[in-house]
Amino acid sequence: MLKTFSKGGVHPKENKISTGCKITQIEVPKQACIFVSQHIGAPAEPIVTKGDFVKVGQIIAKAKGFVSANIHSSVSGTVVKIDKAIDVNGYKQTAIFIDTDGDQWLDTIDKSDEIKFDFQNKEIEEIKAKITESGLVGSGGATFPTHVKISIPEGKVCEHLIINAVECEPYLTADHQLMLEHPEEIMIGCKLVQKITRAKKVLIGIENNKQDAVKLLSEVAKKYPDIEVFALKVKYPQGAEKQLIKSLVNREVPSGKLPIEVGCVVQNVGTIFSIYEAVMKNKPFFERVVTVTGKSLTKQSNILARIGTPINLLIEAAGGIPENTGKIIGGGPMMGKALVNEFVPVTKGTSGILLMPKNQSTRPQSCNCIRCGKCMQACPMGLEPYLLKNLSVLGMFEEMQTEHVLDCVECGCCSFTCPAGIPLLDHIRLGKATVNKMLRDKK
Amino acid sequence: MIILYTVIILGLLALVLAVILYVIAQKFKVEENPLIDEVVELLPGANCGGCGFPGCGGFASICVTNNSLDGMFCPAGGNETMKKIASLLGLTVEEQEPKVAVIRCNGSKEKRPIVNNYDGIKTCAIAHATFGGETGCIYGCLGFGDCANACSANGITMDEESGLPIFDEKSCTSCGGCVKTCPRGLIELRNQGKNNRRVYVACRNSDKGADAKKACGAACIGCGICMKNCPFEAISLNNNLAYIDFTKCKLCRKCTTGCPTGAILEVNFPPRKSEIINENIN
Repeated sequence: MLKTFSKGGVHPKENKISTGCKITQIEVPKQACIFVSQHIGAPAEPIVTKGDFVKVGQIIAKAKGFVSANIHSSVSGTVVKIDKAIDVNGYKQTAIFIDTDGDQWLDTIDKSDEIKFDFQNKEIEEIKAKITESGLVGSGGATFPTHVKISIPEGKVCEHLIINAVECEPYLTADHQLMLEHPEEIMIGCKLVQKITRAKKVLIGIENNKQDAVKLLSEVAKKYPDIEVFALKVKYPQGAEKQLIKSLVNREVPSGKLPIEVGCVVQNVGTIFSIYEAVMKNKPFFERVVTVTGKSLTKQSNILARIGTPINLLIEAAGGIPENTGKIIGGGPMMGKALVNEFVPVTKGTSGILLMPKNQSTRPQSCNCIRCGKCMQACPMGLEPYLLKNLSVLGMFEEMQTEHVLDCVECGCCSFTCPAGIPLLDHIRLGKATVNKMLRDKK
Repeated sequence: MIILYTVIILGLLALVLAVILYVIAQKFKVEENPLIDEVVELLPGANCGGCGFPGCGGFASICVTNNSLDGMFCPAGGNETMKKIASLLGLTVEEQEPKVAVIRCNGSKEKRPIVNNYDGIKTCAIAHATFGGETGCIYGCLGFGDCANACSANGITMDEESGLPIFDEKSCTSCGGCVKTCPRGLIELRNQGKNNRRVYVACRNSDKGADAKKACGAACIGCGICMKNCPFEAISLNNNLAYIDFTKCKLCRKCTTGCPTGAILEVNFPPRKSEIINENIN
């Protein structure tokens, strides 16, 4: 019997049509637009000015504070301006624009394909410093700075290091392909993080729709003590941190607490690969695998894209925008967001680009709540979405807080399952944002 | 007989209970200042909350118990009401300039081209939290009418043609409900002005001039011409955006003539002489 989490969850159609597409590289963009805020926390501070020449991998913006991350140049060329640019939400954010000129990498970066196995002789402090320096953030999409996540608070013990290779979002295959192509690197990355966190065991959770990856990783893991690979029963949102912990070690993270409370640290498999690259190859986080997919797209792709590449270049490499496209979504269909235009750049959190045809991208007509209670059954956090939505409409935000709206992981199961087509999550998100603001104001 | 007994027993019971109630009512009587009720009578009864207190009753009780009218003002009733209250309580009150809500966005549908489509929930609060807006301007009115729903006097209607709200200045009680509701902070309470005339910058776009102009034909581009033209130093320029301080503005309208985009609006003024001549020629 395969493991999974107990509460809620839904089964959207998987639609992983880009499965098996090799990770390809595309041409370096003529101009890269790199945001200074690509993570949760304080925006980084630019340390380059107009006219500076930068190389690939050179730091261009420094982390400001502990919860923040360094930003590195993904191209080599001249900084043309530091200006506002439109982000995925359509709002303007500070970005560094670099005109590309050749492709010169920093000399310290090891560009070879050779796998480095000498992880044993790396010191803990050295690994930590490398991770902080390289500007790593969670590449699953939440973009929480990695160096914060791996620092264990005093008095807490990390028993299990959990590797999130679930990729429960429909359509996305970036992590899957990464596991197939770089299994050894991922194992070394796991070992590095295990060393820092002093975890007794490393558990890799993979959903059972990726059996080839499960097989391959289990095979490779035999060489490494303490690493175990688990196939998990397919259920969305298994890739959410708290759900994955429940699935793998059957522990529940208390409301408002972090996974370390139950002795776990969770890392995305993409982040693990980046950790390997940062520590063993000296390569900062300036490129990532992005799935470009869609039912009418001619060439399904998993593209290794430089951060700051305009998304339209990725789509062009995948055969161009099909005529019947209704929406371009950044991320997967469940948690992703429709993009305001196709020129926004790839950021550290871009896991996929999904082109939805017109007939599938319209919202269902919504009617009144029919009180079926399906949203309550679907909510993996055990909340009452219909109640939260009503409170949000009425503006009763204090009551929303007592109904634990802050526990909501915004997975979208409630909206997905609602037979009345009510966009529950939109209302709940507004409530969550307002409650968060209220709490900040109180401080 | 049964009927008679019933009547007698119930009658006695009623009498006993009435006596108990009377005694209790006398014993636990709450002395309320009769002035509070009188003040409530004077107030407009809009219960809009514009004064900052929970309804007209709350305002009245504070007026009476504090025995001073410092910082107390009923925006719906205005100076007249406040004077009446002052004379009733034997206090003095400072006169305040009456205020009215204006929207600082003039980006109608024809001036602001639509660059993407939004099919989410049609409220400004959610649209604002979700994305930058259907037009290129991320500062302007979203047009879903949260302000119209928030108005306690039903004085705001949404104009289908322009996509902007229309403020009925006669019904505005200046309670500030719309000001708090607008997620983009476009609505401001400004002085009603002499003869109900007002001049204000109807734009909040703080982008650079070229970007602002590209997004909206009626945007303030921060050129600063108005600031130079103003003889009273009422106009300031911050973040590529002009702002007219209504306490200094003398309504001379020198700023509006120079504005290259027409971002400065003048309300309730008679047509200028030159305009009349033009009309005559036409």
